[in-house]
Amino acid sequence: MELQVQHALNWIEKTNEKIQTNKDYLSALDRAIGDGDHGLNMARGFQEAVGKTTSSSYTSVSDIFKDVAMTLMSKVGGASGPLYGTAFLKMSMAVKGEDSVSHERFTKGVEEAINGIIQRGKAKEGDKTLLDVWTPVLRMLQEQSDFEADSLENTAKSAMESTKDVMAIKGRAAYLKERSIGHLDPGSVSSYYLFASLAEVLKEGE
Amino acid sequence: MKKIINDPNLVVQDMLAGMVAAFPNDLKVVPNTTVVARKDAPVSNKVGLVSGGGSGHEPAHAGYVGQGMLDAAVAGEVFTSPTPDQVYEAIKAVDGGAGVFLVIKNYTGDVMNFEMAAEMAAAEGINVEQVVVNDDVAVEDSSFTTGRRGIAGTVFVHKIAGAKAEAGGSLEEVKAVAEKVVANVRSMGMALSPCTVPAAGEPSFVLADNEMEVGMGIHGEPGIARKEIATADEIAQELTQKVLDDIEFNSGDEVAVMVNGLGSTPEMELFIVNKKVHAMLADRGIKVYKTFVGEYMTSLEMAGCSVSLLKLDEELKELLDAESKAPAFRS
Repeated sequence: MELQVQHALNWIEKTNEKIQTNKDYLSALDRAIGDGDHGLNMARGFQEAVGKTTSSSYTSVSDIFKDVAMTLMSKVGGASGPLYGTAFLKMSMAVKGEDSVSHERFTKGVEEAINGIIQRGKAKEGDKTLLDVWTPVLRMLQEQSDFEADSLENTAKSAMESTKDVMAIKGRAAYLKERSIGHLDPGSVSSYYLFASLAEVLKEGE
Repeated sequence: MKKIINDPNLVVQDMLAGMVAAFPNDLKVVPNTTVVARKDAPVSNKVGLVSGGGSGHEPAHAGYVGQGMLDAAVAGEVFTSPTPDQVYEAIKAVDGGAGVFLVIKNYTGDVMNFEMAAEMAAAEGINVEQVVVNDDVAVEDSSFTTGRRGIAGTVFVHKIAGAKAEAGGSLEEVKAVAEKVVANVRSMGMALSPCTVPAAGEPSFVLADNEMEVGMGIHGEPGIARKEIATADEIAQELTQKVLDDIEFNSGDEVAVMVNGLGSTPEMELFIVNKKVHAMLADRGIKVYKTFVGEYMTSLEMAGCSVSLLKLDEELKELLDAESKAPAFRS
């Protein structure tokens, strides 16, 4: 299948639903090893993003991603705003020029998103940041030739869970050094919601 | 949660409006932003100074806006970095043609948002330079990690870089003196009780009645060691010693001291800490040129303090003494 405009809109809406539902959980995770604002910031940003996408009409997935990117950058704040905003902006650029998005194009988009996150945040996989979910997801996408909802959900979930045993190198949790071990990375959890929502959209779209 | 607020989601806007109402001749809010600027911004042919960060550190950062200090401060949500578009608005508001200088505290989000704004400004042809303040010795300094946090020592950067810009310094000169301050200022803090972000409604951490957290940051992020509460002398000793160990302080050196309250520690306690800090410096032959005791970089209603030392030379002394009309730092 290919991602159509309606799929992309549903993806953003489902992500927003998960983030609103888990807003307090995300903030609690962040309080444990950060500054406790991740849930609030993501909830504010995705609420605005959905407000934007539901009040606009689109002919391409790229334009949706671009609006999401600009909204997240200007509404989220903290580190998450630039990182998620950059990710969506890079995905938007990678899928530009096509009405719908093939698996191959989407994979390229995720790769570009990761490059953007690395450039902006100067982190790498294993530093206990959202890259710890994005990078395994990219590897999985690269190994497959079509969208597979279950493996997307499973890969993102196990990658998210594995951040618990990792010591933070980047982000505010890095100040805690070994005390950051034993806690999930909040950015990886919100990234899991993002990919789990996409998996749901793919299942419905089959 | 017990706070004097109207709506947890409006605390920043409400605060900024009230602040500008208190200093109508000195400050203005740039319309439709969370940027507080000098009333007369942009000052033509002067380097514009912009700082900012999450709210909840009052009087930082808007309290340091005024002639001789910052040209604008960008207020983010509580403990959350402001977004690039807001920082960009601040840059545009203070650009008087001589370039704009950004003072950024070393937090992942602040650095990213300010850098994105700098890129936006550069694309518009505005000359932007920056310094990243990382004075907190509680955190290990390493280029492989996020590095040290910026805390109360940042106020010295605002003051000195601001004085340099006010005196007509070029963008390069302002940057050079800001980097000199960053190289010579060190801080360390501790907390006795947590704070509650209004929109979160819950304290950021819990400390037992007999506990303190040493190395606490200014966002309620946990410190480096939790231990039993000690006397003021012991606390001052631990904080000051860690600061003194970090860069070379020699007998005969002159320093500025800042004993900063985090929000709900009375001045009485800050002065008690200051007494010990001065005694320790005297023991080492280090001369105190100027002392600042009070609330300069708070963490909402957190109880606790930080100690900052800035090693001075003639240039820094002169700029520290220069006139400032910023509401929270008059000199």
